[in-house]
Amino acid sequence: MRTVLPVLLAVVFAASPSAQLTYERIREAAREPGSWLTYHGTYDGKRFSALDEISRANVQQLRPVWMYQVQGRHHFEATPLVFDGVMYLSDPPSDVVALDVKTGRPLWTYRRSLPEDLRACCGDVNRGVAALGDQIFIATIDAHLVALDMRTGRVRWDVEVADYKTGHSLTAAPLAVKGKVIVGMAGAEYGVRGFLDAYDAASGKRAWRLWTVPGPGEPGHETWSGDSWQHGGATTWVTGAYDPDTNLTYWGTGNPGPDYIGDVRAGDNLYSDSLLAVDVDTGALRWHFQFTPHDVNDIDATEIPILLDADFGGRPRKLLLFANRNGFYYILDRVTGEYLHGKAFARQNWTKGLDAKGRPIPNPDTVPSAQGALVYPDDDGVTNWFSPSYSPQAKTFYQNVREKGGIYYRNDAVYQPGRMYLGASKRAVRGEEPWGALRALDPLTGDVKWDFRVTTPPWCGLLSTAGGLVFSGTMEGMFFALDAESGKPLWQFQTGGAIWSNPISYQAGGRQFVAIAAGSALMVFGLAAP
Amino acid sequence: MWTALWLLALQTTAPPAPAARPPVTAQEVARGRALFEAQCAYCHGAGGDGGRGANLARPALRHAPTDEALFRVVNRGIPGTGMPGNSMSARETWQVVAFVRTLGRVARQPLPGDAASGARVYQANGCASCHTIQGRGGAFGPDLTDVGARSGPAFIRESLLDPGADVPAGFMQVRAVTREGQRLTGVRVNEDPFSIQFRDAKSVLHSFFKNELAELAKDEGKTPMPGYRDRLDATALDDLVAYLVSLEGSR
Repeated sequence: MRTVLPVLLAVVFAASPSAQLTYERIREAAREPGSWLTYHGTYDGKRFSALDEISRANVQQLRPVWMYQVQGRHHFEATPLVFDGVMYLSDPPSDVVALDVKTGRPLWTYRRSLPEDLRACCGDVNRGVAALGDQIFIATIDAHLVALDMRTGRVRWDVEVADYKTGHSLTAAPLAVKGKVIVGMAGAEYGVRGFLDAYDAASGKRAWRLWTVPGPGEPGHETWSGDSWQHGGATTWVTGAYDPDTNLTYWGTGNPGPDYIGDVRAGDNLYSDSLLAVDVDTGALRWHFQFTPHDVNDIDATEIPILLDADFGGRPRKLLLFANRNGFYYILDRVTGEYLHGKAFARQNWTKGLDAKGRPIPNPDTVPSAQGALVYPDDDGVTNWFSPSYSPQAKTFYQNVREKGGIYYRNDAVYQPGRMYLGASKRAVRGEEPWGALRALDPLTGDVKWDFRVTTPPWCGLLSTAGGLVFSGTMEGMFFALDAESGKPLWQFQTGGAIWSNPISYQAGGRQFVAIAAGSALMVFGLAAP
Repeated sequence: MWTALWLLALQTTAPPAPAARPPVTAQEVARGRALFEAQCAYCHGAGGDGGRGANLARPALRHAPTDEALFRVVNRGIPGTGMPGNSMSARETWQVVAFVRTLGRVARQPLPGDAASGARVYQANGCASCHTIQGRGGAFGPDLTDVGARSGPAFIRESLLDPGADVPAGFMQVRAVTREGQRLTGVRVNEDPFSIQFRDAKSVLHSFFKNELAELAKDEGKTPMPGYRDRLDATALDDLVAYLVSLEGSR
């Protein structure tokens, strides 16, 4: 059933107050550290847990409490939500399960049947759900947004966001803000035109759409030659942050299309590889900052912004911190969009450096060519969708980084609906073993404080806690905790499956737990009973 | 508006049916190569030798033992992996299949050596202490059961003369010293930030948490295999190359 269901207002009003997750509760999530109410834990993207029962002193006693096995077979990238005794988890690609946090037993499941002819690039994944009121929201791989009854998992409404047949898909967790559900989309490898949508949480009616590639007559349209804007990409596939004070939501955008051929889309290609500040009420674009103009290396700026209020340049400012896939750490003023600072924090050669306004100086050697262009980082990036974390206690920005290059050979890209629109093939750099690290950065300079080296470039996000810990995982299945001040390893557990997800922490029955998706299991860890 | 045009275009594409396979001609293979470059090479590499996607330049493909299976994989993808399906027509899909089947096939060429004599060279020089053929031999070096299907004679000759020139992936040399002072060397089986497992030349497996080791060194790009430039005369080398080229595994 793909039609929009009528709104059942009676059901909305019948919901018990205890099953209500109000916007105000999410806005004040930092005051409720026992819950994990939105994708990043809090709207500001910090992924810091104020819980401190699990600490440097006792983390060695951390052990598994329960596990839940999902049915999805591809990477399990979900961040769960936890509140009022229930965990809400997406089972890839587009199912949802509600689990009793005490026992790990399922309370309900939503299983979505997907169309036979669905063809989604880059994995049938899903990174999590959103919650608001008495509803859970899942953005599906076949490009629908579905609202479920929080208590039963039954469908309240189901709306089409875009046509999956043209390569559109939804993999990010929606962001629920002030009665709206904001949804990003994917599909730049298929030559889609990017957008960011908001839907009314009660009715499922679309409230606004912001095209991330400006159409004719709109500012920025002149940064695309010919008709290239129609397949310009700039998708919004990683959940953004939100600041109630500025009333702006901050989203990174992905690569322009085709990924690797720039001459068919001469110009800066706005708003690809940019940070967009969008009014949540109207969808109006307040400001933008483009990190990588005219990208030919597929270095999407779809990372997670962290919002920090701090003294910078001698006065208090509202900052936006952004560890970009392109290898640079950026600090922007999140009120005005002003570029304040940029610094490379990993190996890169796509630019010869940033000018005073943060605009990169291109390196022509890294344009894909017939002979092959050696590019650092490769198209998986120095970072990617996985979460950074900011600890206000350690005053440190943590980021998992990937140190890996690639060689890119140009080929042809012809736009055809639903087909790959890329323009290059890739080879590994022979004789060079890629590696990775959990890197601790000074949040106001981007200087590296310390590095914890890992064997394989990671795909795991980070969580820092008031217990003085940073949690991460590896492609070899090790889930581990470091001392947040020194980077010293304190605990590890072999989960038996590669870790492609972001850890969270919450409380149940007065005890602190840490959860991570590893392999096909959601694993929950707690201290041995005292 | 262009959405409507796309839909029209899609409706003209009938659901692919594996039964209607066109004859494999040079033109079909060439067209398959162009489609492969645009739709597949990003993950599988222009030569099909892998990357994010599987190495297709090999004689047998795990998910596609037959051409019909390969057609289905190209069309539908492999659920639960990063391999997506594709909206190419049936004819185009067959063209890609025809091209993929040319990958990993090393053209037969006349060789100077004698394979039967080469088998004796192989045994006499102790190659089997490190290499496996048809399940027999050591595990210190790569399995050679189908080396002739995977690699050409020039590459095999080069590997014998100068083994360090191109060390195969998955055979990292490690040297470790335990806290008790025991020195060990071997080929890495597995490693993560906290532990390492490696196999020594006698196939004994060693596993350590890294905090149990006083030293751990990795010799990237190094190989324990000796070069045979001065160990074999020209005839023996030709024979050994001919023998290795004849190893094509079980088809």
